[in-house]
Amino acid sequence: MPPKTLILQAYGTNRDDDVAEALTLAGALPCEVPLNELRAGKQRFADFDMLVLPGGFSYADALGAGKLLALDLTSYFAEEIAAFVASGKPVLGICNGFQALVKAGILPGDLPASPEEDAITLTFNACGHFECRWVHLAPVSQTCLWTRDLPDTIFCPVSHGEGNFQASLNSRLAALAANDQIALTYIRPDGSPANGEYPHNPNGSLLDIAGICNPQGNVLGLMPHPENHIHPWQHPLHTRGEHGGLGLALFQRAVASGK
Amino acid sequence: MTIYRFLVRFKYPDPRSAGFLADARALGFAALQRLECQDLYFIEGQLSAGEAQQLALKLLTDPVTQTASWEAQSAEGELLAVEVAYRPGVTDPVAHETLRAARELGFEGVQHTATGLRFLLDGLDQAQAEKLTRQLLANPVIQHWAMGQISPSFPEETESSGEVEIIPLRDESEAGLLALSQNRRAALDLPEMQAMQAYFRREGRDPTDVEFEMFAQTWSEHCVHKTFKALVEVREERIVNGQNQILTSHLDSIIKTYLKAATDAIAAPWVRSAFVDNAGIVDFDEEFEISFKAETHNHPSAVEPFGGANTGVGGVIRDILGVSAKPIANTDVLCFGPQNLVPAHVPEGVLHPRRIQSGVVAGVQDYGNKIGIPTVNGAILYDDGYTANPLVFCGCVGIAPKGLHHKDPRPGDRIIILGGRTGRDGLRGATFSSMTMDAQTGEVSGASVQIGDPITEKGLIDVITRARDLALYSDITDCGAGGLSSAVGEMTSQRGGEVELKAVRLKYPGLAPWEIWLSEAQERMVLAVPPQNLPALQTLCDTFNTELTDIGAVTDTGRIRITYGGETVLDLENEFLHNGIPQRRLVAALPAAEQETNGQKMRQDEQTLTPAIFASQLYALLSSPNIASKAPVIRLYDHEVQGACAVKPLTGIEMDAPSDAAVLKPMGVRGSRGIVLSNGINPEYGKRDSYKMAWAVIDEAIRNAVAVGADPQRIALLDNFCWGDPTRPETMGSLVQAARGCYDAALFFQAPFISGKDSLNNEYLGADGLRHSIPPTLLISALGMVEDVSAAVTMDFKAPGSDLYIVGDFQPLFGGSQLAKLRPDWNLGADPLPSLSPHTPQVYRALHQAIRAGLVLAAHDLSEGGLAVTAAEMCIGGRMGAALKFGERDEALRVLFGETTGCLLVEVAPQHRRAFLDFFADLPFTWVGKTASHPHLDVTLYGAPVLHASLDEILQAFAPPSP
Repeated sequence: MPPKTLILQAYGTNRDDDVAEALTLAGALPCEVPLNELRAGKQRFADFDMLVLPGGFSYADALGAGKLLALDLTSYFAEEIAAFVASGKPVLGICNGFQALVKAGILPGDLPASPEEDAITLTFNACGHFECRWVHLAPVSQTCLWTRDLPDTIFCPVSHGEGNFQASLNSRLAALAANDQIALTYIRPDGSPANGEYPHNPNGSLLDIAGICNPQGNVLGLMPHPENHIHPWQHPLHTRGEHGGLGLALFQRAVASGK
Repeated sequence: MTIYRFLVRFKYPDPRSAGFLADARALGFAALQRLECQDLYFIEGQLSAGEAQQLALKLLTDPVTQTASWEAQSAEGELLAVEVAYRPGVTDPVAHETLRAARELGFEGVQHTATGLRFLLDGLDQAQAEKLTRQLLANPVIQHWAMGQISPSFPEETESSGEVEIIPLRDESEAGLLALSQNRRAALDLPEMQAMQAYFRREGRDPTDVEFEMFAQTWSEHCVHKTFKALVEVREERIVNGQNQILTSHLDSIIKTYLKAATDAIAAPWVRSAFVDNAGIVDFDEEFEISFKAETHNHPSAVEPFGGANTGVGGVIRDILGVSAKPIANTDVLCFGPQNLVPAHVPEGVLHPRRIQSGVVAGVQDYGNKIGIPTVNGAILYDDGYTANPLVFCGCVGIAPKGLHHKDPRPGDRIIILGGRTGRDGLRGATFSSMTMDAQTGEVSGASVQIGDPITEKGLIDVITRARDLALYSDITDCGAGGLSSAVGEMTSQRGGEVELKAVRLKYPGLAPWEIWLSEAQERMVLAVPPQNLPALQTLCDTFNTELTDIGAVTDTGRIRITYGGETVLDLENEFLHNGIPQRRLVAALPAAEQETNGQKMRQDEQTLTPAIFASQLYALLSSPNIASKAPVIRLYDHEVQGACAVKPLTGIEMDAPSDAAVLKPMGVRGSRGIVLSNGINPEYGKRDSYKMAWAVIDEAIRNAVAVGADPQRIALLDNFCWGDPTRPETMGSLVQAARGCYDAALFFQAPFISGKDSLNNEYLGADGLRHSIPPTLLISALGMVEDVSAAVTMDFKAPGSDLYIVGDFQPLFGGSQLAKLRPDWNLGADPLPSLSPHTPQVYRALHQAIRAGLVLAAHDLSEGGLAVTAAEMCIGGRMGAALKFGERDEALRVLFGETTGCLLVEVAPQHRRAFLDFFADLPFTWVGKTASHPHLDVTLYGAPVLHASLDEILQAFAPPSP
């Protein structure tokens, strides 16, 4: 049975179809579900095997990217999502979905109740503006079911203005590393670390962090868009005969994890 | 009611403040030491102390990066503070979402919200701070500002009286009619006013203000294209038997005679709809059709660059929704004044070109990125002539399953508004765009510009594409210029209709009936829906947070009747409203034919030109604004959303070289077929000869498409004319010439027009009393097809040792060239403009066959800057060099920098040379050299070196690293 995947459509989601195509290719059964249908009880989180929060500009990024979608998640669905996460089913937040997971506290997943002292965020890119460009990613975490055992690096676009991963405490960064929660990092084309250098690290993220997971490893959030590199002809250098680095691998990994 | 004031500031220097500081410095505010931009939120209502704290910390602040305070602040230390807030009624999604979120948190006492910005300015005195605010920080069109603390403004709570004014028209004299037209900014001329007068004499009454405004809108240039439909007396000066004679002829409608005529004559079987609907439509495959439309939003972008461009993008997306298609790509071509213009030289009432560009680009970025449509093709051009009149061309492409788009409203169908609410936005935008601007335009037309709300429009896409698949509506049209008046007027023009204006949902009360009818509030579509389908449509709307409003019904009366609270405020006969406009009569004076000099003689003595001089010309051209890399702007646009881009706007090893065209494989289609999007535009030619410009830009658009692999026999075109005041015979003359060129060139290439648009009166009466006009500018957008997106070709050199050919008749000239513009001292402009070789269509077909056969490694069109620039760009793309060789007959400067039409530089692997050349057996081509592994572009002339340019210096000139 292909895993039935809930693709959450919030007000302003726009990469829902992109991720649905990626999931289909990866062998999942994507279901795009408007947030209002979940609120109205017409659909339930528990009826799905995977959950994806796709990219976009939920609520037009008002008050900070992902902020108001996060408010929805905590106001309306706190218990259902907590149960979904606790069940170990795969959860993925891409770009705006990542921002929402972070701002709802679902990632990194073990923050203190009062976030004023110890918090993480995705803030404005260090370069000062929105940017669309292709980046190379190293799958790091072996805890994360989305990145565990991925053999190759991933090449895919970023397309955001607020993807700069920051934390208020250095100890939080150390904990993320120690817990194997750093899922994906920005690297140079040759595979070496970006070391914060633009444009390989496109937004100034600490430790070149492109994505993190929760301590259990079933929830992944990342800024880049693996769903926009699922066909060889999407590779920017395919006219030069280059291929590889498909973002599809990430989705295939999660689908395989359920088998 | 209490107003709470929340101030949110960054804990560390933030990029937004740095951006404002850089812009201020560029405007000459050298004394400005520090600028800090903070966010202001105003909340009107009742909040407990705990609620205020929770709002500030949970909602308004990022705990890692920001701090908040929520008590009145006094200005900090010695720093000057300026605060800026929106005027009442300006779209402010952040305020709207803040209100919604506060209620979601359970704070029911919140009544209104508003946002603002607070700027702390260190180093300026009060007068300088006020000047900076006017020049950069605030735009009075949409914002108000104050030194120190600002009081937010909320929309006034006034009840609409519903009062309707009767306009005494029947007894007005000619002068009175003209005064009336001017006072109400109707932009109607005397014959039009007289026709309206005669109509109301027949009706035996005077019009209401609603009726008058509907005529002004329905008959506006923007909506009815009266210049392009005018009866034109064409005067041409000829020398006959040594004597000057004026030959006179008549032209009945430019559209009919030239544009639509070309499409009719070509009669391409794959054109599904041309010139009749909101957008042109062509076949994609058995299952799908592709629609394409380009619009301009020039005047609004001049007075409020962000909002003007923002709503321009939103508007053209609605054109695509108006043909029931899903928008899949945006295109944007922008023309600005010089970015380094000395601020003192900016005409009064005009924004600095730098501010216009940054606002326009931000507006395009904001709308396209947020709604999730990739921006994949475009251009940015600079010319002094665009300083007061920037041009903003916004295009949109859509895809739809065949056979689901209908326009057949039946009596009894409900007239439905979907989307945003109606406010005083953009009133009289249709007529505003039809008038010449003056120094006061920015002030009096403030209401003509709005800010868009892309997320609301995203909801429209979600609802309409689903409603289409469920066949829920019988007609659909966009709500653009002219608002409901235009949209409902069009929908009911065949049969009739009735509308109750009180049913229209308003953003705030207080609108007079004519304002509701004419409002150009964004993000609205109008549908005709059979009553039994309303519940299903309502369910869709609820799912996607989209408002649905039933405002009336289609009738079979042949009239349109509008009521306000049951009282009739408009009752007009459709036949007269839509067909009663008198045909405009205009005079066109054709320019005398350009003296054909042989163009071979120029001032600059070839002998004195050294390789160093050639190299410095190349670097100067590569770094000139019209040619230099646009990558920093292109990367602000999301071109990857929807995952369709097979050839992206930037290409090559480092993804920093300019593609000729975009190739897209729309999501959800079967097979490997894709579409190609490209454009052609060249105001340098427009200044000289608009007929040749039309040929050149049609050729350029097609050539760009062919370069990436498009089939030259399956290309559809859009025309967008931006001209000055057509009542001047010379202006009209150049317009007629351009349209004639469009006809001739379209037939030559067998490429039909499927849609078009004109923007006239792009002139500006400065406070100096002089007219500032744009160069006649024709944008041609091309839509092509590739059979296999995997086989597309990009312009980057692929391998050292390949053969390089120029295909096409290579006859470079300096007329209209970028080198002539760059080096006026060399007097190169005496050359004529290039003419297109008669072989060109065959050349493109041969190249296409060679591409299909897999014989072409790279192809790039020869355009601005000539062969040297083309080769340099291909070197950048491939991060490799090339060695070009020319023979004795050639003149080095001309070969390198002269410009041509109809030519491309093509890279072919040595083993494919023979097969490639077989396709060009009887066609013009030139072997010009080879690609090289060394990082240089070398050119030799008869063995002697004339150019030795290093790749590093080429890159440094084309795309200097940002500071």
